[in-house]
Amino acid sequence: MSTAESTAIPYVVPKRRHPIVLFITQQPLGAAGLVLIVLMLVASIFAEIVAPYDPLTVDYESMLAAPSWAHLLGTDSFGRDVLSRIIYGARTALVVGLLSSLLGSTLGAVIGMISAYFGGRVDMLIQRLMDILLSFPIIVLALTVVAVLGKLVVGGIDLNLIIAISVPMVPKVARVVRSSALAIREMPYIDAARAAGFSDRRIIFRHIMPNVVAPYLIMFTAFVAQAILLEASLSFLGLGVTEPTASWGLMLSGSSADFYQQAPWMIVFPGVAISLAVFAFNLFGDSLRDWLDPKIKL
Amino acid sequence: MLRYIVHRLLLMIPTLAGVAVLVFILLRMMPGDIVELKLLAEGGGVDQATIAMERARLGLDKSLLGQFWDWMKGLATGDLGISMWTGRPVSEEIASRLELSLQVALMATVLATVIAIPLGTISAIFKDTWIDQTIRVFAIAGLAVPSFWLGMIIILTLLLSFNWIPPLTYVPIYEDPWHNLSQLIWPALAVGYRYSAVATRMTRSTILEVMQEDYIRTARAKGLRERIVVARHAMRNAMLPVITVIGLEFAFLIGGLVVTEQVFNLNGLGKLFVETVTRGDFTMVQALVMLIAAFFIFVNFVVDLLYAAFDPRVRYR
Repeated sequence: MSTAESTAIPYVVPKRRHPIVLFITQQPLGAAGLVLIVLMLVASIFAEIVAPYDPLTVDYESMLAAPSWAHLLGTDSFGRDVLSRIIYGARTALVVGLLSSLLGSTLGAVIGMISAYFGGRVDMLIQRLMDILLSFPIIVLALTVVAVLGKLVVGGIDLNLIIAISVPMVPKVARVVRSSALAIREMPYIDAARAAGFSDRRIIFRHIMPNVVAPYLIMFTAFVAQAILLEASLSFLGLGVTEPTASWGLMLSGSSADFYQQAPWMIVFPGVAISLAVFAFNLFGDSLRDWLDPKIKL
Repeated sequence: MLRYIVHRLLLMIPTLAGVAVLVFILLRMMPGDIVELKLLAEGGGVDQATIAMERARLGLDKSLLGQFWDWMKGLATGDLGISMWTGRPVSEEIASRLELSLQVALMATVLATVIAIPLGTISAIFKDTWIDQTIRVFAIAGLAVPSFWLGMIIILTLLLSFNWIPPLTYVPIYEDPWHNLSQLIWPALAVGYRYSAVATRMTRSTILEVMQEDYIRTARAKGLRERIVVARHAMRNAMLPVITVIGLEFAFLIGGLVVTEQVFNLNGLGKLFVETVTRGDFTMVQALVMLIAAFFIFVNFVVDLLYAAFDPRVRYR
């Protein structure tokens, strides 16, 4: 009896690991990016607690102070604490980055699915329109939209800036999603859904959409990085976020541009913050692509 | 091949026309009025009669269709109009700055290509070793570092370590090459880093892809040395996508210069664009956007032609 037990091959139920655990073990670099992103999120949500000073408090006693224990990353030409402004700047960067990427990717995905599903003339028209939008460099398009729309600040966020940053993403997402959706459209279950008399809207959102989630997520993450860069560039040019709101791009412009040769910390640290944030989202996005669908080209 | 070229050329026309319509509509939606802005800036007394006169002089009193028609007529005859802000011909304003921007863009392209192709190839050959990892970090960092910030850091480094900053006045390269290069090499470096990062990643991934092909196995099987396999068989076949990326990024470079020119205080096309778009100088912005878009579409066209020339299958699709 006991021998039979010992020779029997033990049946082991294969361990089902949580997808997040799988991602972390298979994509260590992506996980590192994710950790950075979570850190930034936490710092910006709890900025009031994390930041040592108020980002707007002007202190003429300690103008252009070098990094010290009182001001870890120094102060700017108004005596404002650079570290605190970077932490609050993370809030601006993430809000603008996430919202504009969400808007741009979603709009692009819907347009791409409609284009692929209806085909024919609708597809032709949409593709020509996307071609037109693609013939501008990103920043030229965003700058023009910013200049045209002006400012519309709701709850401390410039909604028009978010729209301007999301516009250049739309044609790119639409293109990738369209090509994924084109393959789906030929699937028998789409024919079945049509035969069953489902509405176009239902087929697009219930049958095609679940299949384009992977490219959507990949593009969304990649575009958060681009949006953060674009926000920094526009704010640097004085056409994005405006004083006194803390923004990384803004910290590099204005008086910083005049004083940075005496007080290098004013520009070094905000630039590092931008680079780290973009780096984190790129790293995470790259790994997400490798993990979900390596064939997608951005 | 000729039929293909003609077909592609004809396809460019509706896209360019679309760009024109889009820009025209966008600009007319802009708040504020250049005439009032300009008269206020000049400090003159602003009365309705002067405003109306100035508007009539700039052709802003015509209907939208009339304005569009005037613009199209001008474009067709090669006349870009007069800048609404400075009163000088748009073509003159652009020509004086095009040289500078184009030179920086070309220098950045050469820099990026010279860096990217060897780095990408080495990275692919030594896949997953520390060499590969280092190059990949260099490349992915290049995508993250904003070029305008890199420009500031370059100036700062030059100042702190050599107590020297690049000259501030622009001199064409044919007048004083040394002065010219010592001013423009830095912005070229700043925008070239990102550019080389993109191209390095592309080179690495296409070479890795090509190395999987049957003809590489054949080349190895017949006893060719690895160096020859890589140089003759892999690199030659991997270059097409790399050239594409370099071409497309070149068109985007003009955009990247928009911000970087500001840092180096270069009076190029990018600076002109930022200045005029906020002023609402319709004629100037329209001309600049059309120029950039046309250039971009043209580069796309050349890239497609290269593809067709190298890969006959493309022509018959």
